[in-house]
Amino acid sequence: MGQQRIRFYQTGSFVVGNRLLDPDQRSVQSDTRRTNSLNSGHRACRGCGEALGARYVLDAVMRATGHQMVAVNATGCLEVFSTPYPETSWQIPWLHSLFGNAPAVATGVASALRAKGRRDVRVVGQGGDGGTVDIGLACLSGMFERNDDVLYICYDNGGYMNTGVQRSGATPHGAATTTTPAVGPDPGNSFGQGKSLPLIAMAHRIPYVATATVADLRDLEYKATRAMEFRGARYLHVLVPCPLGWRTGPHETIRVARLATETGMFPVFEAVDGEVVGVTKIRRRLPVTEYLRPQGRFAHLFGETPRSDIIGKLQAEADRTVRTFGLVDPEEVS
Amino acid sequence: MPESRQHQSVPFAISLDPGSSLANKTGSWRTEVPKYVDRMPPCNHACPAGENIQQWLSSAEEAGYEAAWRQIMADNPFPAVMGRVCYRPCETACNRAVLDEAVGINSVERFLGDEAIAQNWSIESAVAPTGKRVLVVGAGPSGLSAAYHLRLLGHEVTVRDSAKAAGGMMRYGIPRYRLPRDVVDAEIQRIVDLGVRLELGTAVTELAGPLDEFDAVFLAVGAHIGRRAEIPAGDSARILDAVSLLSGLEEGERPLLGRRVAVYGGGNTAMDVARTARRLGATDAVVIYRRTEDRMPAHPIEVTEALEEGVRMRWLSTITAADAGRITIEKMRLDATGFPQPTGEFEELDTDTVVLALGQSSDLTLLAGVPGVTVTDGVVEVGANLMTGRPGLFAGGDMVPDERTVTVAVGHGKKAARNIDAWLRGTSFERPPRHAPATFDRLNTWYFSDAPATVRPRLESARRITTFDEVTGGLDESTALFEARRCMSCGNCLECDNCFGVCPDNAVIKLGDGRYEIDLDFCKGCGLCAAECPSGAIEMFPERS
Repeated sequence: MGQQRIRFYQTGSFVVGNRLLDPDQRSVQSDTRRTNSLNSGHRACRGCGEALGARYVLDAVMRATGHQMVAVNATGCLEVFSTPYPETSWQIPWLHSLFGNAPAVATGVASALRAKGRRDVRVVGQGGDGGTVDIGLACLSGMFERNDDVLYICYDNGGYMNTGVQRSGATPHGAATTTTPAVGPDPGNSFGQGKSLPLIAMAHRIPYVATATVADLRDLEYKATRAMEFRGARYLHVLVPCPLGWRTGPHETIRVARLATETGMFPVFEAVDGEVVGVTKIRRRLPVTEYLRPQGRFAHLFGETPRSDIIGKLQAEADRTVRTFGLVDPEEVS
Repeated sequence: MPESRQHQSVPFAISLDPGSSLANKTGSWRTEVPKYVDRMPPCNHACPAGENIQQWLSSAEEAGYEAAWRQIMADNPFPAVMGRVCYRPCETACNRAVLDEAVGINSVERFLGDEAIAQNWSIESAVAPTGKRVLVVGAGPSGLSAAYHLRLLGHEVTVRDSAKAAGGMMRYGIPRYRLPRDVVDAEIQRIVDLGVRLELGTAVTELAGPLDEFDAVFLAVGAHIGRRAEIPAGDSARILDAVSLLSGLEEGERPLLGRRVAVYGGGNTAMDVARTARRLGATDAVVIYRRTEDRMPAHPIEVTEALEEGVRMRWLSTITAADAGRITIEKMRLDATGFPQPTGEFEELDTDTVVLALGQSSDLTLLAGVPGVTVTDGVVEVGANLMTGRPGLFAGGDMVPDERTVTVAVGHGKKAARNIDAWLRGTSFERPPRHAPATFDRLNTWYFSDAPATVRPRLESARRITTFDEVTGGLDESTALFEARRCMSCGNCLECDNCFGVCPDNAVIKLGDGRYEIDLDFCKGCGLCAAECPSGAIEMFPERS
């Protein structure tokens, strides 16, 4: 059962708030009493998608849990820019351990709370795609397998952005990073590599798996809230564009995330017990070039000799994603 | 405090006090700063009456119908009339037309105007009486608009008109099926209730007396004389002019038109007469116009409705002769400049009556002997403040050079009132500078829901041609609300909270009542707020060094 869209002409469900809506229908982010889990003064770059995504998710979880939440953070941008010693931007109980063991630490926190009989306090683990898809995957898989009562959130910006924009297992095909430079006959990240962690999580048959982006706030808040209705292992994968690594303008963060969904490059869906139960349909389908062209990491595809072959393969990937998840209504499939 | 005590307050293995990131004022990273702006929405810009359309639509969106109506009344005392007869330049300009269809501004205005009549809302002047007396000559839309605004500004206003009833062309030029008379009556009565003195059946034939008696005079006599054309006609040919026909009908005359009526002209009046002829029993009403359809001055809506009612159009034709029961038509062709040229091909057409709808001119005999007044091509020359060459004598509406519509006339009335007021006070009226335009490319239209325009109900054509019942119906409350909410609030904040939500640095402060502020201590100047503002109401400016 997907999110019920508010049929509200003028701005619909797309904006953060609307003065014409009843207060109980408004988003967490439109509320002046929101937690601001990640507060001002953090050292994230201008227009950081991850800073935005983390506040969106954690503020929603704070509301859903009645402010009873502990967050465990993997090493990565999110940790580095938010907690330079001795300052912190976090306005929630927050724990940092290592790059690779955030899911295990979160599991331990959940066990400790259970031992103390505190079922009201909920545990959230979070990290970037490097810490989640690559380095922390083993203990995340273990957490899934044991069905520990943790919501794990991956903020996916498609690379190790904090350490200098290196490739991760979530870097899109063809993208240039410092470890997959735009040189040679097959520039950028190799095709056939990388992994979809939402699908891996679903294969564990955990209670809840969902994807979202910072471009659709209401959908993201819905999924963060819905995840807290379940007990056991849950996984939320949020696309958070990185102006530095993607080489986009700081004001383009949300637009690029929107283009990722509208081109079919990033499917937005939710799954319960390993089964897809809802997808966010594409509103106005666009060719992948619309998503690729604004990003400097794909600039080599549009140079003096445009690489229509690589663009074609990316379009084929997007087409397959659209088919797999049914992202457009059948009559609209081209 | 001894050093050992200080260290006791710090947690184990921590050598510095933990602090909040708020100490780190990241606003110093900024090179550009966002600012909330107001831009001129295209609807407001295009309105000849100068209505603040976006503002009243915004009130209507919240179901604040009375507030919305009062906002219209600040500029235009005829919302219910406007909602029926205005040719809506606002909708032509509307940015939403690029996305799907223009907002039905006119239908919302009509709903508000009708609601005001139904609820008996009234207007009062909050200004202390000035003791100045102004005479308005002509009780049409321009004169009444001027009288209304002058009264609101505290002046004593008398309106004189030669006709038996007030309304000018609203009553004597526009047929009832477009503008029911109870609507005109109600909106005029509200102006009278405000304290405007109406002297009807009183023709003003000279101005020397009034100019002595009153502190200022505003002329708005309209254009009620139908232009004639030199058509060789036999003695028994029946030729009428359109304005006399329409005003005679209003006075209770029932003109004998016959079954076959030819209307000569291509303007709105031609459509009015042809449609009226159908309603008076003509089985064949033909509009004869020299040029092509796309060059007709008539509004497309009126042409469409006329065609629906069975009116026939003969484009590229002129009448060269008229005789009893028949006319001769010459076919025309357009030359390279678009001017119609005769072809020498003639045709005859059975016709009982020819109605001339070739434009109107003003009766300016009352200006005889007034020094300083210049009349050029049948219209009075006025300055930017609508004053003639005679100090204290102003003129507006159809008798001055401009487009001839009710809305333009109403706009002239407001403009004249402001200038007369300034003149009476010994100052001059300066129009406040306009905001820069809110063009479509400034909007982030992703955020607007897909919403096709609401269509107003219309009488079916079989019923239309047998009665003078109003052709176009109004919206009900739910459809009017829907339509108002299609407004994209171009260039002005619509309080969607996007800026408050999309800032990665929590640097937008929501003050309530639609007001926001940027916390410059923490704004890094990324520009996400400006990029994601649906209405283009935030702009980025370079940081001052």
